[in-house]
Amino acid sequence: MTTKTLAELNVALDAEGFLVNPDDWTPEIAEALAREEGIDLTDRHWEVINFVRKYYEEHGEPPTLRAITKRSGVPTKELYQLFPKGPAKKVARIAGLGKPKGCI
Amino acid sequence: MKRLVILGAGTAGTMLANRLASMPEMDDWRITVVDATREHYYQPGFLLLPFGVYSKDDVVRPKRYYLPAGAELIFAEVDHIRPDQKSVVLMDGRNVAYDVLVIATGSHIHPEETPGLMEHEWHKSIHTFYDFEGAVALAKALRQFKEGRLVLNVAEMPIKCPVAPLEFVFLADWYFTHRGLRDRIEIVYATPLPGAFTKPKATEMLGNMLAERGIQVVPEFNVMEVDPDARILRSYDEQEIEYDVLVSIPVHMGAEAIARSEMGDELNFVPTDRHTLLAKHYDDIFVLGDATDLPASKAGSVAHFEVDAFMENFRRYLDGLELLPLFDGHSNCFIETGYGKGVLIDFNYDVEPLPGMFPLPGIGPMPLLTESRVNHWGKLLFHWMYWNVLLKGRELPIPAQMSMAGKRL
Ligand SMILES: Cc1cc2nc3c(=O)[nH]c(=O)nc-3n(C[C@H](O)[C@H](O)[C@H](O)COP(=O)(O)OP(=O)(O)OC[C@H]3O[C@@H](n4cnc5c(N)ncnc54)[C@H](O)[C@@H]3O)c2cc1C
Repeated sequence: MTTKTLAELNVALDAEGFLVNPDDWTPEIAEALAREEGIDLTDRHWEVINFVRKYYEEHGEPPTLRAITKRSGVPTKELYQLFPKGPAKKVARIAGLGKPKGCI
Repeated sequence: MKRLVILGAGTAGTMLANRLASMPEMDDWRITVVDATREHYYQPGFLLLPFGVYSKDDVVRPKRYYLPAGAELIFAEVDHIRPDQKSVVLMDGRNVAYDVLVIATGSHIHPEETPGLMEHEWHKSIHTFYDFEGAVALAKALRQFKEGRLVLNVAEMPIKCPVAPLEFVFLADWYFTHRGLRDRIEIVYATPLPGAFTKPKATEMLGNMLAERGIQVVPEFNVMEVDPDARILRSYDEQEIEYDVLVSIPVHMGAEAIARSEMGDELNFVPTDRHTLLAKHYDDIFVLGDATDLPASKAGSVAHFEVDAFMENFRRYLDGLELLPLFDGHSNCFIETGYGKGVLIDFNYDVEPLPGMFPLPGIGPMPLLTESRVNHWGKLLFHWMYWNVLLKGRELPIPAQMSMAGKRL
């Protein structure tokens, strides 16, 4: 798998743009990854990012879209506004985690 | 006597009951199978029913005929499982105690999860072929459809048999061409996936086949609601697709009994060890077939390979040995592409479908990821094998673990 780096912060990304090492993650990296996606992070974004990171700590994998909406209280429609096109995948990337399963 | 209880007498549960019943080590065990309904449906047949290929008799048979005589059979719905008491509570109040439990309660469609789907236009202009009643209603709708836009929409992943929606649009192209109506009917395939299939090489190949047949693909479409009067599908990010006939593959979930037992994830699938098939956090509960949360296809072929892996490990389990990581996510599918042809794909957790030749002992090599006539006969042969070989637990000439023999990297 080819890797590239997030230029401003010198952190390794895999071919699909996910952090190679989730431990590298910092809030600054989240801001930079979000900018790449054209997203300006608001408090509401951070609520979702923090939820997703907590879920990952407990379950060892990022949540599916359904797990986010069912447990974080943020409705699906709003998630699509916050993280357009494939929110589960986008949040996981911005939160420094791997790609969520569910695509088999 | 020790007790092994199987919940669900579908593809996985039936296969397993037959395999266990003929295992000498099980002589001092009592095997009990619990299922809520008496009919066994050949679900792959639901794909062909709408096109008039199969009749009811081909796809529905009594469950009892296919279960071993030595097993106790209880027709009742499971209310919930009590792992702390090693027992299963049935809806009629009975308790069934177990030493080892196997959950094989499958997955089921939930059209009510998508607003507008299962309202006054259900089985009229809005259809599904993912259950028997739906497939029969759709057969009639397709016979009467003369012009307009046919939209196939997958609501959410995972679904059973992830190639079935593709097969449906291929078969629809063939069906309407055959009836001389193809130039008056548009076929659209709207999916939440980024392309035609879940794996890169197969997506490219199948994507080209869809384009050649003039089937329009709308990727990354996550349906939010259906407007049954305006005949519009609307996505969460406000894309709209108009249709005249909608064929939906609704949200899939595991059995309600799993939710009542508080043993499932958001979709009621049971968290399962990828390689041993033990339910996570339990050492006396296994999960087979569609009921698992494994990142493998929900398919009869996968259930078969899981049963193979389970049987080998269960001998070790009885001897008190550690379980081996025997299941590798092996999946093997025929894809009907219409015009009497088909494509064969073979893959597992780590290896995506690759081109090459598949060595099938007794039948001969079959081309992989290439359209051919041989593969189509493979699918029809599968119908016969399902009832006569697979369910009865006889050996198939395909090893449980995927082999790289014949595959081109
Ligand atoms: C349209 C379509 C096409 C398909 N095509 C293919 C194909 O070409 N190839 C392939 O390999 N697979 C195909 N499949 C998938 C295949 O049919 C399933 O993956 C397979 O049947 C799963 O087996 P299972 O035993 O896990 O579940 P099932 O066979 O669905 O059995 C589950 C059983 O559990 C019982 N049950 C559920 N809840 C309870 C309860 N609370 N109490 C008691 N009993 C309960 C049900 O009554 C049922 O009998 C297709 C499926 C569909 C819908």
